[in-house]
Amino acid sequence: METAVLYELLRMLISVVLVVAFVFINALIMGYLERKISAHIQRRPGLMEVGPHGILQLVIDGLKLIGKQLIVPKDADRTLFRAAPLLSFAPVVLPLIVIPFSPKLQVRDFDVGLIFILAISSLNVLAILMAGWGSNNKYSLFGAMRSVAQNISYEIPMLLSLLAVILMTNTFSMQGIVQAQGKIWFFLVQPVAFLIYIVASFAETNRAPFDLPEAESELTAGYHTEYSGMGFSLFMLAEYANMFVVCSIATVLFLGGWHGIPLPFGAYSGAIWFFIKAYGLMVFMIWVRWTYPRTRFDQLMNFCWKYMIPFALVNLLVTAVLVKL
Amino acid sequence: MPELTKISQPHRFFLNMGPQHPSTHGVLRVLLEMDGEYIIEPQPVLGYGHRMQEKLAECRTCTAFMPNTARMDYAAALPYNHGYAALIERMAGIEVPPRAEYIRVITSELNRIASHLLWFGALLLDLGAFTPILYSFDDREQILDILEDITGSRLTYCYFRVGGVSKDIDDKFVERTRAFIKRLRQRFDIFEKLVTGNVIFINRVKGVGIIDADMCRRYGATGPVARGSGIPYDVRKNQPYSVYSEFDFDIPVGENGDSLDRYMVRMREMEQSLRIIEQALDKLPEGPYRGKIPKKIKLPAGDCCFSVEAARGELTYYLVGDGSDVPYRLKIRVPSYSNLSVLPELCRGMLLSDLVAAMGSLDLVIPEIDR
Repeated sequence: METAVLYELLRMLISVVLVVAFVFINALIMGYLERKISAHIQRRPGLMEVGPHGILQLVIDGLKLIGKQLIVPKDADRTLFRAAPLLSFAPVVLPLIVIPFSPKLQVRDFDVGLIFILAISSLNVLAILMAGWGSNNKYSLFGAMRSVAQNISYEIPMLLSLLAVILMTNTFSMQGIVQAQGKIWFFLVQPVAFLIYIVASFAETNRAPFDLPEAESELTAGYHTEYSGMGFSLFMLAEYANMFVVCSIATVLFLGGWHGIPLPFGAYSGAIWFFIKAYGLMVFMIWVRWTYPRTRFDQLMNFCWKYMIPFALVNLLVTAVLVKL
Repeated sequence: MPELTKISQPHRFFLNMGPQHPSTHGVLRVLLEMDGEYIIEPQPVLGYGHRMQEKLAECRTCTAFMPNTARMDYAAALPYNHGYAALIERMAGIEVPPRAEYIRVITSELNRIASHLLWFGALLLDLGAFTPILYSFDDREQILDILEDITGSRLTYCYFRVGGVSKDIDDKFVERTRAFIKRLRQRFDIFEKLVTGNVIFINRVKGVGIIDADMCRRYGATGPVARGSGIPYDVRKNQPYSVYSEFDFDIPVGENGDSLDRYMVRMREMEQSLRIIEQALDKLPEGPYRGKIPKKIKLPAGDCCFSVEAARGELTYYLVGDGSDVPYRLKIRVPSYSNLSVLPELCRGMLLSDLVAAMGSLDLVIPEIDR
């Protein structure tokens, strides 16, 4: 028994280190991809200075951000202001625990894995609200209020679309959902749910065209207007990690997770397929961001309540009936 | 100054937009009384970039003021050059050779296109799309390169002189301009695909910021703002100056006066400018590019007025002379000032996001307002 406990503790430690390291590496990769892809969309070279094709630029940027002074604005709520970036960072690390990167590469397979992810990632809204309220800045407050309204609204169609998949698999375990897609990936069976999920995930991660909480032409930078240095970069880390979580859920529930044509990498081919799919979706999100203008807040809400939720409900009902038959 | 302390109802608050805000495009400050995200009362506050240009004109000879004209509307400086040069010519009775007039029209229209391309990018930036500005700047860059070759500067031109222009254009200029016309016509298709046909874009500008024709008349709004509201007023057509009467071009007008109409008017105006440039290049006469002018230009006692169509609307110079070579008084009527004065009535009850869209569609240049 002793060795089992020790083994378990060691496993936990390694997992935590790997997960946190992955969050940082993901931010580096995504930061580079975002800047490079946006540059090519806009017909400019983008990062070119540090390292070949600027691949080390993000490392330098990270060092710069660490070295910067953390300025707390006058009359700001110091506790909330300091706590908000940390709180936004924590909930995006936890979901990575239950994501199955390959049949074996997974920290823990909960029976309620999906519910765990959704419950944890809702905490992010709280962090944004704290940042907006604590900054003592009206623009930040606007951003925070928008974010809360937006995230709460979009959580509903998102959950409804995921529920349709759950009805088919009969399990909340992430590994179980992937295994259920051995024959056919669910985005072919559930195209409506997949579409709704993708649109809702744009709103969930505050990405353009739904980036209203940080609409820079209206609200300067929204809830993180007053943040500098690591405060700002924790929000950025959280945003990219959140994107990864959202895209991982899409990969697991709709794109067959680690399933794919066998690659000549043995046991690793599942993980490779998983990352190809997840990063493919993230590149898609970057592509959309740099192509479309921003929507208006009331249009965003109308779209959610008048189109997405009814469609998601109908889709859920139809799925329920078909599953029962 | 507006009252900073009084809020009309307890749950309302002030939001200070600018002078350092990404979408006021310069040092404009708009003080907004807000109710949630709705604007109750917007008040533009001016004067952050005031340089006493009109007073400066009274302190130097009339020809020495030419560089200052370019510092007002920096996005389209050549029409400002044009208006001032033509004003002095009218006042002092100086003849301008036809070639010079053609060169003035060609370069002014190129500058108008450059200005509209800048506005196109800035409006989309206000609406949250970052990419279009880099596409339109690509084209604007071509114009700046062409103009740089003959005028010597890229933004604040001092190319026109009393009696003509400072340098003649050459075959290379003609060739490059023709190539540019061809290029820009193809680029319009890209803009059409990227922006004009985009549902999100149309939802953001259609029916937003409606200015009717009556409102334009009350506030004296001109240019694309008035034309977007269906008033077919363009100085180039209504009181043709220079050689504009010799060209065949249309005045695009809108119907509803919303932001989309103003957008469409400016996009179509660029095509019309291309038409004017094409015709002018075809008809370009030979001859001197600068007329004979006296060494010291004496302004006769009396007053004189000259209007041109700048990129943002009607620009009028009004000059009072007292027999010396220094103007006694110069009054400049700039289009952006009148276009901005529409803002409070236009934006009452609007959402904050719509204010940004409406302000972008007015195409304000702040140094022109605070001159």
